[in-house]
Amino acid sequence: MSATTMESIHTDRPGIPFSRLLKVELRKMFDTRAGRWLMISIGVLAVIATISVIAFAPDSAITYGTFATAFGVPLNILLPVAAILLVTGEWSQRSGLTTFTLVPNRGSIIWAKALAAVLVGVVSIIFAFVVGALGNVLGAAINGVDPVWDVKVEQFFTITLSSILALLLGFTLGALFRNTAAAIVGYFVYGFVLPTIFGILAAFQDWFKDLQPWIDFNFAQTPLFDGNLGGQEWAQLGVSGLIWLVLPLALGVMLIMRSEVK
Amino acid sequence: MITVEHLTKTYGPHRAVDDVSFACQPGAVTGFLGPNGAGKSTTMRIITGLTPATSGEATIGGIHYRDIPNPGTQVGVLLDASAQHAGRTGREILALSAVTMGLPMTRVEEMLELVSLTPSESKRRVKNYSLGMRQRLGIANALMGDPKILILDEPANGLDPAGIHWMRSLLRMYADRGGTVLLSSHLLHEIEVIADEILVIGQGRIVAGGTKEELLQTAGTFVKAEDRDALGAAATAAGLTVVTSGDGLRIEADPIEIGRLAAGRGLVLAELRAADGAGLEDMFLQLTSQTQRDHVAPTTGGVA
Repeated sequence: MSATTMESIHTDRPGIPFSRLLKVELRKMFDTRAGRWLMISIGVLAVIATISVIAFAPDSAITYGTFATAFGVPLNILLPVAAILLVTGEWSQRSGLTTFTLVPNRGSIIWAKALAAVLVGVVSIIFAFVVGALGNVLGAAINGVDPVWDVKVEQFFTITLSSILALLLGFTLGALFRNTAAAIVGYFVYGFVLPTIFGILAAFQDWFKDLQPWIDFNFAQTPLFDGNLGGQEWAQLGVSGLIWLVLPLALGVMLIMRSEVK
Repeated sequence: MITVEHLTKTYGPHRAVDDVSFACQPGAVTGFLGPNGAGKSTTMRIITGLTPATSGEATIGGIHYRDIPNPGTQVGVLLDASAQHAGRTGREILALSAVTMGLPMTRVEEMLELVSLTPSESKRRVKNYSLGMRQRLGIANALMGDPKILILDEPANGLDPAGIHWMRSLLRMYADRGGTVLLSSHLLHEIEVIADEILVIGQGRIVAGGTKEELLQTAGTFVKAEDRDALGAAATAAGLTVVTSGDGLRIEADPIEIGRLAAGRGLVLAELRAADGAGLEDMFLQLTSQTQRDHVAPTTGGVA
């Protein structure tokens, strides 16, 4: 091999296709002990939630809706954490030094991570629906009642959407803070502190009561669980989503594109 | 070939990299030598596009790093061996890179073998690795895509003497095949062992550069006198450049001139020799003393 052939940089080589980045990011969600246990715990919690409903719920509550609510809660906490870890790990574990030298186009890494997180989220939700359905059949048989299927088809989609929105909010906070602890605290403030504050505000301030569905993303998502969404509900979801999801995510991505990777 | 032109990076008022220019030629190992915080890592991060430069430019083979398609297969980079997810196994870290670059998994095994990480070591999580093992893993990661240019930040840090020797052979082979290697170190003996070309950096500025032979060839005379300060003052008064070196002085003049000077002033000498044996150590201390954090020795004319 001569020195001249060694020296030059080839600009005509194929770049890295997105499919490969997606594969890598999916792999990163499962290849650490923390990631793997998080995924296992999502599965385990869906099963525990289902068993709890069978064991503790009264006969009248043995409906598919009860099961769907029971597994929805752990899912909406754990999926965002998984999304947060996928983003912040590159900074808090400093693996970004390798990731972003192998793939200088940081934007494609971010989208690969987002898509990987959504794919894992959708699979987890489908898994939870299946476990819930088995639980419903089993629970009805044990309690000697007919299984009640009170979840409409569109609710499958709206409940899935709400979990994916929760996951994306975690992703957004991860991109914004690039620090695991800050992003997780941020998610709990958003998920548990803000609804209380908005609730109090709405209870005592009339002007806020009408405004709330437009700016409170949590509140705007409540109709997703009953699946009764008209044009106004979708509009409220869109407007509050713009405030809490789209704009912060755009800012987070911009910061990632410009920031220094150390 | 790596070209850096008038590169500057400021953090507020602090100039981490200050108008740095250099070029790394193919077929040579270029050593980037400087004390901690001198700007070596910042320069390397700018070259690889991780840190935006305030001004100036860094290119590889004439283009910016970020414009290189699948850069891992053309430029091997190791910026910090400890910057890996502690919960991943060494093998998994290499596998992720192999998938990203589109390489077969057999390449992971080849690399593990090349850097002498055993199969059982490769299945351990990186948090249980010694610094030397992390360096070997990082070098495996950098070499995996068979690049012709290598950028390695402190790669010998944590390696034992045998490891440093191994790295010298490895990088020598790379350079002999026409590859370009830029590696940094804050330790002189590492650079002295591994590099052909040396760049010395202190407080963000390049303070010296050249081949190892050029830089080793120190001019002047090393002299120890009974009254060091008096000799220093006499030499300074005679218009000579005087640098304190250990408990003696290094003076930019031939030994015979110093002998005459001392005889003329009636000063007693304890040692008088050409300063050629001083090696890079003196040069490094001398070149960085004015820019280093620890001000221990007064420099030129300190006694006058």
